[in-house]
Amino acid sequence: MQIVFEKPKALSDTPTHYCPGCTHGIIHRLVAEVLDELDITGETIGIAPVGCAVIHFNYFECDVAQAAHGRAPAVATGLKRVNPDNIVFSYQGDGDLAAIGTNETIHAAARGENITVIFVNNAIYGMTGGQMAPTTLPGQITQTSPYGRDTKTAGFPLRMCELLATLDGTAYAERVAVDSVKNVLKAKKAIKKAFQYQIDGKGFSIVEILSSCPTNWGLEPVKALEWLRQNMIPYYPLGVFKDKEVSR
Amino acid sequence: MTKVFDSGNVACALAVKDVGVDFVAAYPITPQTSVVEKIASYIAEGEMDAKYLPVESEHSALSAVAAASAVGARVFTATSSQGLLYMHEILHYAAGGRLPIVMANVNRAINMPWCLYVDHQDAVSQRDTGWIQLFAASNQEIYDSVILAYKVAEEVQIPVMVNYDGFLVSHSSMPFETLEQDKIREFLPALNPPWRLHPQWGGTFGNVTPSEEYVPYRYALTEDIKKAGDVIVRCSKEYERLTGRWHGGHFETYRPEGAEYFLFSMGSMGKEMEIAVDLLREQGIAAAGLRLRIFSPFPEEELAALLPTGAKLLVFDRNLVYGSAGGALLQLAKAALFNRRDSLQVIGISLGLGGEDLPASVLVAKAREMMEVCK
Repeated sequence: MQIVFEKPKALSDTPTHYCPGCTHGIIHRLVAEVLDELDITGETIGIAPVGCAVIHFNYFECDVAQAAHGRAPAVATGLKRVNPDNIVFSYQGDGDLAAIGTNETIHAAARGENITVIFVNNAIYGMTGGQMAPTTLPGQITQTSPYGRDTKTAGFPLRMCELLATLDGTAYAERVAVDSVKNVLKAKKAIKKAFQYQIDGKGFSIVEILSSCPTNWGLEPVKALEWLRQNMIPYYPLGVFKDKEVSR
Repeated sequence: MTKVFDSGNVACALAVKDVGVDFVAAYPITPQTSVVEKIASYIAEGEMDAKYLPVESEHSALSAVAAASAVGARVFTATSSQGLLYMHEILHYAAGGRLPIVMANVNRAINMPWCLYVDHQDAVSQRDTGWIQLFAASNQEIYDSVILAYKVAEEVQIPVMVNYDGFLVSHSSMPFETLEQDKIREFLPALNPPWRLHPQWGGTFGNVTPSEEYVPYRYALTEDIKKAGDVIVRCSKEYERLTGRWHGGHFETYRPEGAEYFLFSMGSMGKEMEIAVDLLREQGIAAAGLRLRIFSPFPEEELAALLPTGAKLLVFDRNLVYGSAGGALLQLAKAALFNRRDSLQVIGISLGLGGEDLPASVLVAKAREMMEVCK
């Protein structure tokens, strides 16, 4: 019998705990495919965040360290500085990276740490049940903004890629989405580049992936992807915000 | 008075609404989150006239709440576990600043490894931050303790943490009664702090001090928190006169008459202990339940006065003092009885960590094991 399709070797056989329609599964697969293609799973250490991906160590076949909430880039820094031969990536949600961990993220980028950050932005705190996050869109309804985010009291969303692109230590910052086949393929390309930059020692790289949260958005999976397209992409434009290779 | 059937977190949020809090800043963390969700909803629906600030971390939540308190607002925040640990620096800041903050801490185990379920390591590890710490064991006690906490905090100018067990209490629905606005106002008048950060009042907040200025602040805090235990009991009695509701003073005792063994614990375990005491009594053992309501300041003299001659204190800690025989309650109880009641036997264990189930049968078995050692 001829095998025509295989799951990536860097992905374990464990069924994930993610909600139906959640795009973490797609993003896990993309990361795993990249680990396979670059043949780096054996030397890679992932950082599990606090958030929905907190137990991603069950799904990736590489070593994983668990960080306190928001501390993933600092943990990644410690791992990478002591053992620069390892490939180190953090996998963080917006409630982790763009809230409690904003400081760590900015400073890891400013120091030009040679790490890869996979940033999954679904504009909400998913694991705690859908509260307003710093990335929640103006007017977006959440558990703590039942009439929509009011920018007069809750301010405005953080655009992390644009922010990090201003830092000299950032080698690569790109925002992608996983709302369509075309965009999923683009997302994979970006993830691969972010890992390749680390292998080449270029410095801090981040891929922000616009993702859906059907459960906490209260939408069916397909509608959630439409919502992402219609609402998130206009606020969080896709594209490359920093690429050291290109700007040279 | 309205009868409600809802979760411990809703009981907490309702008390915050009924008290008339001006300012809430919070960051979501399990199992606390539904407290601040509910408060955000009250504010959004216009049922509560307060400002709600979603911040990016617990460190900022307590910092913002402390600042709002310093300008004279009645404030609230809630957290759990890692969130409380992340607040550690500001816990000291708030107590040192003598700010009458009230915070709910929904007890949850701390990392590593990660665990979402109850134990008391989070609160116990913040013992020496200068906060008053209450432990409630039912939804009614949560509602009443939050109101009591404001009364006490505003009288003694020390922040109060109201603890209750994650999931077991926070997410369990139980019947409880609220309190009418006029009665709340009678018990807890509008906040009128002796000092606030305002240009008209002059002064600064939290200056750098040389040791001769620093020392009196530290001693004043320890002296005042020591006296706060009696203030809590006095206010609890006043609350009882108003509502008929009584959860105990420093302790809640269960079947103390003629007891030889006192089963000492706090949190929801103290309620389960009542069933354990009944079972032990059926077995002919003179057991009593002793549930601690005020963890900080620990009621040293009251514990020493409460135990009869020949009593044996069996301590059940839902926390660990690493490398020690038991947990924080065991150490505190021993320290309280040393030189006061040296003849009494005190023995303890740590159990129920990370949400380990503690049915009465387990508590009975553990009590009997300790009784064997006492003999």
